[in-house]
Amino acid sequence: MGEPSTLTDQKQAGTTQTMVEAIRATLHDELAREERMIMLGQDIGKNGGVFRATDGLQATFGAHRVVDTPLAEAVIIGTSVGLAAAGMVPVPEIQFSPFAWQAWHQIAGQVSRFRQRSQGKHPMPITIRMPFGGGVRAPELHQESIVSQLANIPGLKVVCPASAADARGLLASSIRDPDPVVFLEPLRGYRMIKGLVPDGEYLVPLGVANLVTPGTDIVVITWSAQVEVARKAAAAVHAETGASVAVLDLRCLVPLDVAAIRAIVEQCGRAVVVDEAPLTAGFAAEVVATIQEECFYSLEAPVARVTGYDTPFPTGLMEDGFVPDVDRVARAIGRTLGTRA
Amino acid sequence: MTVLETHATDLGSWPPQQLRSMLIDMIQARRNSDRFFALQRQGRTGTSAPITGQEATPVGAAHALDPTIDWVVPQYREQVALARFGEGVLAAHARYNRGHPSGSHYPEGTRVFPPQISLAAQIPQALGLAWGMHLRGEPGVVAVFFGDGASSEGDFYEAGNFAGVLKAPLIMILVNNQWAISTPTSKQTAATTFADKAKAFGIPGVRVDGNDVLAMYDAVATARRRATNGDGPTLIEAFTFRMGHHTTADDPTRYVAEEERRAWADKDPIAGFTARLTAAGLWTEQDSTDALQSADETFDRLFALAEADHPQPDAFFDHVYANPPQRLLAQRHAFNEEREHG
Repeated sequence: MGEPSTLTDQKQAGTTQTMVEAIRATLHDELAREERMIMLGQDIGKNGGVFRATDGLQATFGAHRVVDTPLAEAVIIGTSVGLAAAGMVPVPEIQFSPFAWQAWHQIAGQVSRFRQRSQGKHPMPITIRMPFGGGVRAPELHQESIVSQLANIPGLKVVCPASAADARGLLASSIRDPDPVVFLEPLRGYRMIKGLVPDGEYLVPLGVANLVTPGTDIVVITWSAQVEVARKAAAAVHAETGASVAVLDLRCLVPLDVAAIRAIVEQCGRAVVVDEAPLTAGFAAEVVATIQEECFYSLEAPVARVTGYDTPFPTGLMEDGFVPDVDRVARAIGRTLGTRA
Repeated sequence: MTVLETHATDLGSWPPQQLRSMLIDMIQARRNSDRFFALQRQGRTGTSAPITGQEATPVGAAHALDPTIDWVVPQYREQVALARFGEGVLAAHARYNRGHPSGSHYPEGTRVFPPQISLAAQIPQALGLAWGMHLRGEPGVVAVFFGDGASSEGDFYEAGNFAGVLKAPLIMILVNNQWAISTPTSKQTAATTFADKAKAFGIPGVRVDGNDVLAMYDAVATARRRATNGDGPTLIEAFTFRMGHHTTADDPTRYVAEEERRAWADKDPIAGFTARLTAAGLWTEQDSTDALQSADETFDRLFALAEADHPQPDAFFDHVYANPPQRLLAQRHAFNEEREHG
């Protein structure tokens, strides 16, 4: 699917931004570029969003383009379908990803199917933004990873940026994509993830993974906030054992960059997949199944999964045990390196 | 406001051609419905939802709308009654009932949304459409149909509430046909009328005789004027009765009492309107025969096209995405390889 596009490939000047700053700047620039774009959600206007991801946008573009809605997820997504049919480019926000369950019939049953049902008459260029993931001790029903549930809905694209630059490049691509995209922003990455973001027009194509750390002995495959965890674990294992540990950031779960997975697993022969969601039927399982289909004979050890557990997402005092951390990932790398097929 | 009494308008104030056209559309709607029912029994179509008894509601509404600028967002029963919005609706619906993948595709310029099975999901969508048209400076309004059963869904309340806030050019037509499959309205709500629910949205709610096509026309025309004047949405409860089956898969004799069925049969909207136009010298028995024959001719022609339209086996891969993932293209390729080579 082509070469991964990373910041180092770019000749553009950049600015250091947190992920939430990069998202805000991208929304600003896309609103300025695309006059049909409309943002809608709870508290996104005057308040600028509970994470300030939309801060100042209503003041700049007006209350008709950055719209505070009632507290009603199904109508936020349902009106987006109609707005798209009227020729608008809706960018709705769900305040926290588990709240998306209250719009599930509109996301899974309507947004995803409308283009096909109308045989292309009603394209759905909708980008549903929602934060997700553990690590900020939010109240219950704020942090669950629902990525595998979303990836199991044909018609949607599922995008999970891991860096500030990717947040910009992937969000701009998502908004311009004619298909519906669920754009998942890592809660704890909003301010923790920081980096150089190219100034001006910057697009990262959907469906192209990013080999953030090259390596030859084993690869850790993950996405979103877990990319940083994987990098630290890779560095720790390298420091301790000298092993060459690669990290592949999938960036998008749909479209999935199967070629990039195949290439790095064939090179390394060993893989660990990291996912914040519960184990059973999580997206890690999809990646593992893909690996055994694509490069079974390159494998030198069983592919390991490091995931949440098959429990509800735990309360604040307990969540550190649930969300994969550097130690758990490093141990899984060590075990997989020590296993012979 | 409640307008339940039979419409008192003097027929003389209506253009005769318009009155006749409404009756013709009602006759055609019922005929289309009957034909789909018979074809299902012959195994030539799948499940369909007959409109028998409710024709005046969508036909009166459709005639009060302007098909060149307004949109209709139906549920799943109104399609056979939307002749005014173009023959493409019935043509597509014939494919829909055949299970053809293009059964929800209406031609460009046909301002009708695809049928909705996830009940009430169409109401927020209709609101978004009306809102978007307003934002884009387009002149039309959106009329959305849903049932008494669908009014128990959250989407009805979420959309009605937000429609009131936005003052969107939306007409919410709640088709109270007394039964949601086997659930009577008494088990759907404790409200005195469904129209009363508009109070909570801060918008007008009216109950009209949904079996009186002229009452429906008036209610929708009034709501349309309000909407185009920027005064916002209206909830119209069309009080009617489903004389037939919920769908071809249903047996209403299990739950509808014979007395109720008979009482409503006396209020049959087509019989009633035929009698009115006949008494006014605007309709003859021959006109009824002609209307049925014309309905059959149209139906036969469109159904023959639908039956001759055989989708390619891999057509279900079409239009899922504008830019399909590589993986989906590979699946389609594998599907076709397996079909060719086993």
